[in-house]
Amino acid sequence: MLDILGQIIKTTTHKRPSVNMSKKKNPLVGVIGASSVGTMIEWYDFYIFGSLATIISTKFFPAGNPTAAFLSTLATFAAGFVVRPFGALFFGRLGDLIGRKYTFMVTLLLMGGATFLIGCIPSYETIGFMAPLLVLLLRLLQGLALGGEYGGAATYVAEHSPPEKRGFMTAWIQTTATAGLFISLLVIMGTRGLMSTEDFNDWGWRVPFWVSILMVLVSYLIRKNMEESPVFAKVKSSGKTSTNPLKESFGNKLNFKFVLLALFGAVMGQGVIWYTGQFYAMSFMEKTMGVEKMQVDNLMFIALILGTPFFLFFGWLSDKVGRKWIMMAGMLIAILAYRPIYEKMYQTTNVAHKTETGVVAAADGKKNNKNGIDSIYTLKKQYADGTVLSQVTTVSYNGNIKKEAVVKTTVSINQSDKWTLIWLVFIQVIFVTMVYGPIAAFLVELFPTRIRYTSMSLPYHIGNGVFGGLLPAVATYLASNAQKTGNPQWYLQGLWYPIAVAGICLVIGVIYINGKDKQVDD
Amino acid sequence: MNLLKKYLGLLWIVLALFIGYFGFTIFGYPKLVAGKQDDLVFGIIIVFILLPIIVGGLLIFGKYAWEQEYEITDDEQDHAHYKP
Repeated sequence: MLDILGQIIKTTTHKRPSVNMSKKKNPLVGVIGASSVGTMIEWYDFYIFGSLATIISTKFFPAGNPTAAFLSTLATFAAGFVVRPFGALFFGRLGDLIGRKYTFMVTLLLMGGATFLIGCIPSYETIGFMAPLLVLLLRLLQGLALGGEYGGAATYVAEHSPPEKRGFMTAWIQTTATAGLFISLLVIMGTRGLMSTEDFNDWGWRVPFWVSILMVLVSYLIRKNMEESPVFAKVKSSGKTSTNPLKESFGNKLNFKFVLLALFGAVMGQGVIWYTGQFYAMSFMEKTMGVEKMQVDNLMFIALILGTPFFLFFGWLSDKVGRKWIMMAGMLIAILAYRPIYEKMYQTTNVAHKTETGVVAAADGKKNNKNGIDSIYTLKKQYADGTVLSQVTTVSYNGNIKKEAVVKTTVSINQSDKWTLIWLVFIQVIFVTMVYGPIAAFLVELFPTRIRYTSMSLPYHIGNGVFGGLLPAVATYLASNAQKTGNPQWYLQGLWYPIAVAGICLVIGVIYINGKDKQVDD
Repeated sequence: MNLLKKYLGLLWIVLALFIGYFGFTIFGYPKLVAGKQDDLVFGIIIVFILLPIIVGGLLIFGKYAWEQEYEITDDEQDHAHYKP
């Protein structure tokens, strides 16, 4: 099957003459641009599903239906955890057999096609169980494509780059995950702005999925005219490509020990720091601190925009001082700083330390129809510094016993607190850029050309998908357990997971990684 | 440093067993028997996919470290060679 696929790609991509890179003024700009844009689009595709998950669940996974709920859970966990490493193996092997360029074009088309088709599936009401089943299948294809894309793009750029600029050039690929998140938020916000809420919920949510196919086609046309990586082309022309990249990568101790070293000495720490800075911070503000969703999105957006150039800075710096110590320093500072940062975040919006100036509004919600007594109401309290606290409270009666329960608390923060939180998230994004900026160059330099795509893709996706992906579940467990036992700092206990994983990774990285090898044509 | 790498190998093996035990008893088994479908899927993924990857990988890493596979035999300014 792979041979047939390879032949198809070769045939289609060889129909037109390729651009001679050497004739271009600055061919590396084209290489970086084509690779980064495609990878960014893949991240865009992956994120819009998550960003629109609430609407998608109402359309395809109706509440109360156990089979649909089962498929929904699979779509959530399987695409993030399980399929990405399989994509890394499948496409990594393909990339080492037939070439980087052809392979990451397949992943791009696969991702774009799957995303577009998700936007075309009729709802559960129209076609029944076929709807959630098709969504699950396409979501799995998305995970598979994402697993193959990153290794190809990083390898392709690295194999074009001169040794003294490799960190800087591959750092462009590292910005794409964050950029993909921006673009997905922008397209969703833009689509929402162009139509009514009813229209968006009815059919407008499909537009961001359809937009993907246009972006993918543009990126495909750009990538189509690029040449194969010169390092891989040289290996291929001399007949030294691997015949079985999976066996050579993971069945051979001489290489497998470096796969394990990459995973436990670099990528698992990077994975948890990436998830903590980009996603745990967001979830902590929204769920633990109760900050309004719109405000959280807004301040995350600003912090990420301010932090993104540092991917390039630390990539560039890694060319000067080495990859290892920048990544290790990022892990060490993050380990030491996480608890003080999150304590400051929590206390910034803690109304227990603020002066209440009065109740702004107390509105009765609706009364329960059953007995006309139970009710739900919202209480709004104003504080001296401009903070507004909204509490949704339910009141119910069991006989003559009145029972009141606060079911939701939301805090609307003032400008000063907003900038404090932006600063605190920005610091975490800097940790992310320190560990993530140089890692593509580090991974590429760790493995030989003939099995590079396969060898670097698997630890990357296990580190990010497994160790990073587990963060929400483990952190929630630790925090809720501490809350149950009455720990006054329960809200910080979830941080022990990224601290422990990054700590182990730091020790392994410092002691076992040498980091002097900058050869990629070996 | 090479001796430190070797003996730390034992620590990674112990850590792998520790993670395996607590991962199964705290996150894996309770999810499998929770009776909720969401938890069941998560439990299956933890027990049959994530734990084998983490525990198995760390065990092999520890074994390699103990066998001095990460020994540097030639450490110069511009390059270094691990044990072939």
